[in-house]
Amino acid sequence: MLRIEGLTKAFDDLVAVDKVSFEVPKGQMVGIIGRSGAGKSTLLRMINRLTDATSGRILCDDVFDGEVDVCGLKGRRVREWRARCAMVFQQFNLIPRLQVMTNVLMGRISYHATLPALLMMFPAKDRALTIRALQRLDMVSHAMHRADELSGGQQQRVAIARALVQEPKILLADEPIASLDLRNATIVMDALRRINKEDGITVICNLHLLQTAKDYCDRIIAMRKGAIVFDGPPSELSDALAREIYGSDKGGDDDVELAFTATSAPTDFARSATRSGAD
Amino acid sequence: MNIREPTALAGAKERGSAAQFEERYLAFRRRKLIYNALFWGGFIACVIAAGITAKFDVFTLLKGLPRTTEFLVKMVPPITLSTFAADIGEWYWGIDKWLNSLLNTLLMAYLATVLGTIVGGALSFLAARNLAPNFLTYWAMRRTLEIARTVPDIVWALLFVMAFGIGPLPGVLAITVHTIGAQGKLFAEVNENVSPLPLDGIRAAGGNWLHEIRYGVIPQVMPNYMSYTFWRIELNVRSATIVGFVGAGGIGHDLFTSIQLLYFADAGAILLIVVVTIMLIDMLSEKFRHSAIGKASFSH
Repeated sequence: MLRIEGLTKAFDDLVAVDKVSFEVPKGQMVGIIGRSGAGKSTLLRMINRLTDATSGRILCDDVFDGEVDVCGLKGRRVREWRARCAMVFQQFNLIPRLQVMTNVLMGRISYHATLPALLMMFPAKDRALTIRALQRLDMVSHAMHRADELSGGQQQRVAIARALVQEPKILLADEPIASLDLRNATIVMDALRRINKEDGITVICNLHLLQTAKDYCDRIIAMRKGAIVFDGPPSELSDALAREIYGSDKGGDDDVELAFTATSAPTDFARSATRSGAD
Repeated sequence: MNIREPTALAGAKERGSAAQFEERYLAFRRRKLIYNALFWGGFIACVIAAGITAKFDVFTLLKGLPRTTEFLVKMVPPITLSTFAADIGEWYWGIDKWLNSLLNTLLMAYLATVLGTIVGGALSFLAARNLAPNFLTYWAMRRTLEIARTVPDIVWALLFVMAFGIGPLPGVLAITVHTIGAQGKLFAEVNENVSPLPLDGIRAAGGNWLHEIRYGVIPQVMPNYMSYTFWRIELNVRSATIVGFVGAGGIGHDLFTSIQLLYFADAGAILLIVVVTIMLIDMLSEKFRHSAIGKASFSH
């Protein structure tokens, strides 16, 4: 269970996330939607502790003993939390000049003392985990390639493999398919959904497209101007409400058409997964 | 600026706006001309002022010019074709000693480059605005590197010769200190240009600052580091020669002694050795530098 209470992030003259509260039961797949600038990325970065919250609490009970406020963690405990609450980025954030294998091993970095990790002395068990993660994402044949030799979709799969070897309880994905074409977007979303189903890992995914969220997620949270404006199953999100979420602040609706266009073709797998997840 | 040509068919309104544009454009040109005149006027005034202060006099220059060749001529002993080998042999009577000194100089340069690059490289992360743990560290590190760099290596050499006595050790130390300052600053500038994305990726996976540097920064900056280091070897061979003048050993010491004792032929022979060596190193390091930037394959 992940509990967010009154989480707020204020920059100098802008409140990016405004007293957001919600609970995510273990194993749920949540899609967070909203226009760009709605605060989705900041919210996710706060949960992973890449960004410090201005106020509010993030409570989690399945990483440390008992329920812990993640915002209060320091030093080594923050790094442990980050490992257990893995993150996948829009731009993949791999190390371009290093091999795929090394990139995935980075996911094990917090489990060892600093010095051996600096010298890249990872135990055989870690390499086995790495290969298995790459296998699940169908990327083993690329293990010895440099990350910058891969296509965007392949890089994102490597990034997901890195997240997997962190042995996370929660997987955060910040616009994981925004830089990908339709086919790769489908592969990546299928992979996230499969990890969610098979491993019971909670997935919280920022998506700018409503249709993708409806196709893949058990639950949709919609944000506008830093606040939650909808929270519920995809079936309850009406078109009228969606228009309001995506409607521009000035009254135009350029973004609405964009948001309604499905750029990810849901596979049968995604459909069945959503259906079984909804009942 | 997007300039639209007025056409013959344009109506009164367009003609009006074209005239208005023309007027503004001319005003802009006039302003630019004035700024340019001011800039170049100032530039030329500075050159003249500098020349006067440095007592740069064309007549003195013309009068002294033949004497420089006179000195160069003295540095080469008479060599005739019939006794060519013997003449060269006599000119390079001290070749064994000089080559030994040259080796000393090269080793000084090499050791100082390695030590200076390692220390300067390590400090460069603290001197990079985007990587330094806080502003104070960044600021202090920048100033430290500036001191190491801006004090000329010959001054460092004098200082160390007084402390440790004559020999290669003060030379190595002097060049090392200068190299720390130079490499630290150059590397820090490279560090400031890295993409932050891989660093975020490593931090999000639970890595600490050292992990971010090791895996996020170093792979990105390695080709540039290599390139700067090869260049630094060239510079340091020159420096190692110069610091020999103040007692830091090597070929510079031999050169300085022969000039002091007015053995100009010896000085010429040594100078030629140094020039040829530096040319060879230039050529080699350029080759390495290009392959370091070109292939840039240091992946693990």
